[in-house]
Amino acid sequence: MSNVSAKQFNTVPAGNPAVESPLHWSYQQQKSTPSANAGVVLREKALLGHVVLRGGAIVMDEAVRQVLGMSLPAKPNTVTRDEAGERSIQWISPDEWLVIVPGGEECDLERRLREALGDAHVSIVNVSGGQTVLTLAGENAREVLMKTVAFDVHPQAFPVGKGVTTVFAKATVVLRRASETEWELVVRRSFADYCYRWLLDASKEYGIDTQ
Amino acid sequence: MFYIHCPYCQEHREEEEFHPRGEAHLMRPTDPDNATDEEWGDYLFFRQNPRGIHHELWVHSVGCRKFFNITRNTVTYEILETYRMGEQPSITAETEKLRKEQGVQTADGGWQTIGAQPDSRALNEETSS
Ligand SMILES: [Zn+2]
Repeated sequence: MSNVSAKQFNTVPAGNPAVESPLHWSYQQQKSTPSANAGVVLREKALLGHVVLRGGAIVMDEAVRQVLGMSLPAKPNTVTRDEAGERSIQWISPDEWLVIVPGGEECDLERRLREALGDAHVSIVNVSGGQTVLTLAGENAREVLMKTVAFDVHPQAFPVGKGVTTVFAKATVVLRRASETEWELVVRRSFADYCYRWLLDASKEYGIDTQ
Repeated sequence: MFYIHCPYCQEHREEEEFHPRGEAHLMRPTDPDNATDEEWGDYLFFRQNPRGIHHELWVHSVGCRKFFNITRNTVTYEILETYRMGEQPSITAETEKLRKEQGVQTADGGWQTIGAQPDSRALNEETSS
């Protein structure tokens, strides 16, 4: 609301506070021994900027084109990425999108989007502290997903560029296929340890390589 | 398990991602201040329990989190169609009765039930595009 003199909450922390991934504790607990010829490679893309956009598709598309130089995904269950692959916008529902940018960009992104959107009826929420991104690669990554998520992860049903919200071992996950070889899992902070340990257990039979 | 077509995600998803939320198309009394106790009671508590075609409200709770409607046969569990909020069903008890009277075979909508059409022809067509 540009013409309202409401006090804006500054979400940029002062100074340089220490930050930890939601998996910090899990890493302390699970000392995994790297196995040779691991079939599954599990990594975390920690501390990225996550922003949830809600509102009308047309007005939102104009704003993100202006601010990010990318368009909203035109089709349901798809993800658009910039050329470097560092920034992405995912369709979550007909009026909701998840934007993931390199850590530290999210506050500036939110401010610029608010400027571009003016008085439009939208919601922009910085959820960076609420979720984290895990990546799954390796020749057995798909087998691990097959016993974990309810969605069909066969390449025919799940091509590169697709992204869905689905059931992940009784929790929920935002699952995205980033490339032919790599899957991205956006997990909630409170489920992060559970999901991480589930993946360690489910990958055991193939051998797992964690960071 | 059902394989349910979400009209917002525009694809089939596992039943596990959904929740049923009761009868669809319930109308709040148009003049709430002057509605009788009986009208309020009907709106709040009394529901249809038909044998056959039923219109239900469902929510894609683990997916897009949108509410939508399902036309379902309560005898066979066959899902005949799914449609968005604000839309009207194309299949009702009346249309089904008419089809039977005219000797038309039952709808092929039943393929949404797993196993009814193992090739999932329509699904493959949808994803390969
Ligand atoms: Zn949906």
